[in-house]
Amino acid sequence: MTAGPGRWPLQGGDAIPTAFGSDGILLMALGAAALAILLAWPVPILLSRAAWPARLPGWALVLWQLIAVAGGLSMIAALLLLGAALFPAQEWIAIVLAGALAAYLLVHLAITIVQFERQRRRHLELLLLLSSPHPTQARTRVLDDAAPVAYCLPRGVGSVTVLSQGLLDELHPDELDAVIAHERAHVEQRHEVLLVAFKAWREALPWFPIAQRAESEVAALVEMRADDSARRFLAHGGVDADPVLARAILRVVGPAGPAEHASSRRDRHRDRFLRLGR
Amino acid sequence: MGSLGELERSVMDVLWDADSAVTAYDVQEHLEREQGRQLAATTLLTVLSRLQKKGFVASDRSARPHRYRAIASRVDHVAELMHEVLGVAGDRTAVLARFVGGVSAEDAEVLRRLLAGAA
Repeated sequence: MTAGPGRWPLQGGDAIPTAFGSDGILLMALGAAALAILLAWPVPILLSRAAWPARLPGWALVLWQLIAVAGGLSMIAALLLLGAALFPAQEWIAIVLAGALAAYLLVHLAITIVQFERQRRRHLELLLLLSSPHPTQARTRVLDDAAPVAYCLPRGVGSVTVLSQGLLDELHPDELDAVIAHERAHVEQRHEVLLVAFKAWREALPWFPIAQRAESEVAALVEMRADDSARRFLAHGGVDADPVLARAILRVVGPAGPAEHASSRRDRHRDRFLRLGR
Repeated sequence: MGSLGELERSVMDVLWDADSAVTAYDVQEHLEREQGRQLAATTLLTVLSRLQKKGFVASDRSARPHRYRAIASRVDHVAELMHEVLGVAGDRTAVLARFVGGVSAEDAEVLRRLLAGAA
């Protein structure tokens, strides 16, 4: 950002505009505000409508993180500069404005992380009582339920992959490999960190439709990354990966195919399935 | 996970299968009879108090010896877990990553066509 600590000694007793003049500060404030607006509206819309993220989900994830971080920082910088330009004699106003926004965003992140940890612990406690270890797969547990589900509880070393008995009864061995490789990729690539961060962003800015879209995009892109790991794993074993993965997905969904959230899901989630045909 | 986790699971299984509140001695005897597992009484009391702290077990302290029972049935707990997994609550939880989230009927059709094309 333009407000580097070296060029702008906030601790100094002098009034701020000595270096640039108040017009210069105002211009920088408008620049930061323009950047914040670009990153909050048109840029995420363009990215979420683009087709290339389905081909390069890893790069798209990097871009989403940059947009979120740069968006937050430019908002804070805009407040700081605007405060300095409008109230040059009282620099504390600028600092309080920008500090309040930064604190608001950080507190939301902290709350989301604490909630995540609490939910995860409760889920793990229940899971350990209700499931048994998989006979051959490490760090995998079997939940005695007829519904075909597979998921993982990610957190670094203590991660667990969970498969329901209903799913195990239906999956062929190579499909099971695909599911486990997919879940393992979520764990190894620390996808939960991304999901938690974007969830925090959405909850901090509920009036911001873009934050919700960003979260949904990131969730879909993360699935594509995990699919890619599963495909590589299968291809490594000489299996034609895409049909195996497609069959595994269909078995988890079940023959009826529930139209869950059909309307709220955007194209990116369908992209995940379309790319299996390429 | 460790053996303590597996021990808690065995004890919960006994409590879930019991018709009424049971004593620690009942649990001990049951585990020995059914699984040939010999547990020291102190170990068992530790496991029971851990389960109580986690909110899975309630004890009746007015009775001598104390009686223990599961707070909710096994089915209820599985339902609670699946509720979270399937995200019926609506809010997408970041806590767990499902292999497949929502798949609409059209998406399933896309996959089927894809498989038909590949065959």
